[in-house]
Amino acid sequence: MNEHLIQLSYFAAAVLFIMSLRWLNHPRTARRGVGAGVLGMAAAVVGTLMAPEIVDYKFIAFAVVIGFAVGVPLSWVPLTAVPERTALSHAFGGLAAGLVGTAKYIMWRQHSELTTFRTSAIALEVILGFLTFTGSLMAAGKLREIIPTRPITYRNQNLVNLSLLALAIVSGIYLGFVDYNYWPAYAALVLLSLIFGVLLIIPIGGADMPTVISLLNSYAGLSAVAMGFVLSNKLLIIAGALDGSSGFILSVIMCKAMNRSFTNVLFGAFGQVQAAKAAGEAKTVKSATPQDVADIMTSADRVVIVPGYGMAVAQAQHRVHELYDLLTKRGVDVKFAIHPVAGRMPGHMNVLLAEAEIPYESLVEMDDINPEMPQTDVCLVVGANDVVNPAARHDKGSPIYGMPIIDADKAKTVIAIKRSMNPGFAGIENELYYDDRTLMAFGDAKQVLGDVVKAVAGEAVAAH
Amino acid sequence: MAPLDFWSMLFVFMLATFVGFQVIQNVSRLLHTPLMSLTNAISAIAVVGSILIAGERESNLTTLLGTVAVAASMTNIVSGFLITDRMLKMFREKERGRKPPAGAQ
Repeated sequence: MNEHLIQLSYFAAAVLFIMSLRWLNHPRTARRGVGAGVLGMAAAVVGTLMAPEIVDYKFIAFAVVIGFAVGVPLSWVPLTAVPERTALSHAFGGLAAGLVGTAKYIMWRQHSELTTFRTSAIALEVILGFLTFTGSLMAAGKLREIIPTRPITYRNQNLVNLSLLALAIVSGIYLGFVDYNYWPAYAALVLLSLIFGVLLIIPIGGADMPTVISLLNSYAGLSAVAMGFVLSNKLLIIAGALDGSSGFILSVIMCKAMNRSFTNVLFGAFGQVQAAKAAGEAKTVKSATPQDVADIMTSADRVVIVPGYGMAVAQAQHRVHELYDLLTKRGVDVKFAIHPVAGRMPGHMNVLLAEAEIPYESLVEMDDINPEMPQTDVCLVVGANDVVNPAARHDKGSPIYGMPIIDADKAKTVIAIKRSMNPGFAGIENELYYDDRTLMAFGDAKQVLGDVVKAVAGEAVAAH
Repeated sequence: MAPLDFWSMLFVFMLATFVGFQVIQNVSRLLHTPLMSLTNAISAIAVVGSILIAGERESNLTTLLGTVAVAASMTNIVSGFLITDRMLKMFREKERGRKPPAGAQ
């Protein structure tokens, strides 16, 4: 009877998880999705607690308390830190998979219940779990900038890394097919996976983090799938597969948005070759005061704002919102052009703008906004750089060549707010700033936008 | 484990992956960050396996491993669902005649 109840709770959880993701198809139903997810999780946990194998609830209760004590504060992080939190939770997911696999190995070894199938599934689970664990910790460190964000490279890096992975897989095969009980092979497998995770991520530059996070998401999901195979638990397989496919789709979107391939991201060490090219001829730029910017924007009909992560770093979202409100009230059509890799993880910019209370109907994807750019009077670039660099279209020598960009240069006037003329995150010179139709407003984005807002508001008062 | 069991699990995996692709492709691009934190919380269903190991009391070592795994998964569940909801609350529509904010149902 109990067994049926447990399976029923798992079945309900699987349905609820699928519905939960389905409801994310629109912001209006999305919160219902969270509700379904919570309900599904509760059903699964309650079902599991009924299992007859459980003889002692003390340690479970203790761990649950710890989970709440760590998890609740972790959900309060500022939205700029959400990528780090996400990477950290991939690490926890990988750790859990690795530990459960290890515990199962120990138990079955003790009882001589290991089989080829069980051992191979455990090997897969543990390799994926532990490499996700250390890899995600590295990614979190890079996002937090505790670890240098530039690629860390050494000689024969790819060869060394792949040999480590190959060795881990060989240990797994040895365990599965030659000798289940040879524990040094198991220990080697764990150690090699842990080291491989670190080495896989350190050569990857900060600009590639959105892809890396998505890829690690996928690995974390797959390690849950492998755990499902180890424990013969179909709910784990379903939930892991949902997570795995989600991470995979997001990585594909990120790769496309940067015109890179998986292998290129993982083995390419992006963003380190540029320094030599930076020495260029002196070119002139036109600069504008906040008053100029305000005058141009208030006389426009259509304005497109291109936000980048720099906007969030400068904490300028709320100034952007004020500007949006003032212009919209005056009848100016204001939209935001969102590049898929704007921010540090998929969809990050949307969340940052939503926090600044900008309605989501005004956030427009790159592919939808580009056809409108030639009819746009003013394109305001705030803290974005590479995603509006026209070199991506024509300069074959540029590292971003071929990357889809927002066609800011097609707008009638471009205004770029920038601290200085230093090249951006990826270290690439941006020719947009030297264009005849481009005006540069130099200074801290929050400061400049604050002054623009004051100028626009002042005018509005004077006009009445 | 019976070989049939393995095959039925492989079928489940295959079907779930296809369902995953279909469902995720329909997720609004606006919501990709909440999507990742939500799938994160969902894949912390690993808590199920961890609970069994922590509760079985097979040996001190396995209990320790299980307990750490429960704590790690529980952290993901709690912070994942909470932060997803926190982010989704922020997505609001344009104020046309005072509609309730997005998701208030």
